[in-house]
Amino acid sequence: MPLFFRRLISVLLSLLIASAVIFAVVDLVPGDPASFMLGTGARPDTVAALREQMGLDLPWPVRYARWMGGVLSGDLGTSLAYKTPVAGMIRDRLQVSLPLALLALTLAVAVAFPAGMLAARRRGGAADAAVMGGTQLGIALPNFWFAMLLVLVFAVRLRWLPAGGFPGWAHPGAAIKSLILPAVALALPQAAILARVLRSALIETLGQDYIRSARAKGLTRGQALRRHALRNALIPVLTIMGMQFSFLLAGAIIIENVFYLPGLGRLIFQAITQRDLIVVQSSVLVMVAAVIVVTFVVDLIYGLVDPRLRSR
Amino acid sequence: MKVGLIAGAVLAGAALGAALLSLAWTPFDPAAMSIPDKLRPPGSVHWLGTDQLGRDILSMLMAGARTSLSVALLAVAIGAGAGVPLGLAAAAMRGRWVDDAIMRGNDLVFAFPSLVIAILITAALGPSAANAMIAIGIFNIPVFARVTRAAALPIWTLDYIRAAEVAGKGAARISVEHVLPNVASLLIVQATIQFSLGILAEAGLSYVGLGAQPPTPSWGRMLAEAQTMAAIAPHAAIAPGVAIVLTVLGLNLLGDGLRDALDPRLKARLA
Repeated sequence: MPLFFRRLISVLLSLLIASAVIFAVVDLVPGDPASFMLGTGARPDTVAALREQMGLDLPWPVRYARWMGGVLSGDLGTSLAYKTPVAGMIRDRLQVSLPLALLALTLAVAVAFPAGMLAARRRGGAADAAVMGGTQLGIALPNFWFAMLLVLVFAVRLRWLPAGGFPGWAHPGAAIKSLILPAVALALPQAAILARVLRSALIETLGQDYIRSARAKGLTRGQALRRHALRNALIPVLTIMGMQFSFLLAGAIIIENVFYLPGLGRLIFQAITQRDLIVVQSSVLVMVAAVIVVTFVVDLIYGLVDPRLRSR
Repeated sequence: MKVGLIAGAVLAGAALGAALLSLAWTPFDPAAMSIPDKLRPPGSVHWLGTDQLGRDILSMLMAGARTSLSVALLAVAIGAGAGVPLGLAAAAMRGRWVDDAIMRGNDLVFAFPSLVIAILITAALGPSAANAMIAIGIFNIPVFARVTRAAALPIWTLDYIRAAEVAGKGAARISVEHVLPNVASLLIVQATIQFSLGILAEAGLSYVGLGAQPPTPSWGRMLAEAQTMAAIAPHAAIAPGVAIVLTVLGLNLLGDGLRDALDPRLKARLA
């Protein structure tokens, strides 16, 4: 399958360029990590010694090569602030971010599919208008503000769910409870976008001849929609879902801050403020790699959903 | 959906009006603190109440509209200013390496988590409204490049382009004189959408402290400051959020309405 390999090469090339861009941007962040670690009262020769020990005095091509060499052998570096391997930190944080992203995407799909199908079936009717109005509102809502409102209602007033924090997976029930509000806050705008994409994709396919044939052989509008239109409308929906999953993994930064969740986004945010640049560099690389790989996988899934795309 | 177009124009116009009015007049000085008046609920003196420092929330919202709208608008200008020429160039040299390089470059920017990079950029350049604008604007570039290219490609197959070529016009001149006017309506719609996304992004960056810095008023920072008090003074947390929602909603409705009005075929298909 030459197409598969051609895609794979372009994925690897993208990763290489991405790593160089990340390295360059992080290198621009002002503030010397060595003097940051030692505080303002440190003597210049102490700072210089630490810089040398950390390898910060080396020219950038050497530092980039060292970093990439480490990444390729699975070593993402050692955090300057915590003195622990970055790979382990990212793995710990993913235990929060990954379930959060999956939960949010599941919620979004669970709301968006029925809503989008209903709107497409009752196009122009009251149900359609209600769904479309709701999605307009969902898209316009800043998710961190929605999160604040959720906390006000469900944590402060009703006391059903925690307002923030994460107890760890040793307590699965409490852990899932603490992810519910953040997941709902993340899911709402995604559900709104997904419902709109699904609706217009369904309306597009419902106008096709094979739907008329299906109706002519006696299927109801709903049956034709579920059995024939839905699968054909899935391509644009899958594209959006792939993008949304990567967004949820990376874009939860602000929501993780609202709920004090120890996720990947918060790790990066804290590392930026602490000038723990190796953590920033490696975590952003992991995120970008995740986006590129998810896009690649979604491309492959197209072939499963639409056999016509397999030969191309 | 004429109703949507009108509602959108009214909402977006109100936000713009408030921003412009705040240049000349606000009910109170948005920066004036008055501790005895702190956390007043909405009333006849302070229509939307006061915040934890006794500042008038309505005045802060009006001044904050200025920050939000100008950051988002200039971010659109950055995106369109760089993205439209790139998209036109890619379409003009379709199928050649330039086109390929521009499009792959676009894909690469899309692969970066925009919020993370925006946070990184504002951390690198220092937190300010201007740097938030640059960070948001960079991610607008591939959007405009892609939309411009997609819209311009079919135009290059039309007869009047052939005619222009026969008349001896070069690709650059054809792009500016014949292609650009024909893709302009789509670009206006996209600009409205990016404008509304820019307002959300600015609010998010200010909320985490990387946007406009005090004393520049900003909707996102108002939300961050109100968050700790939200349980005892919910009005301070609700007003800025409603302002954001109404402005973004207005711009989105305006964008949808414009698209329908400018492209009747699409309306017939999707309405």
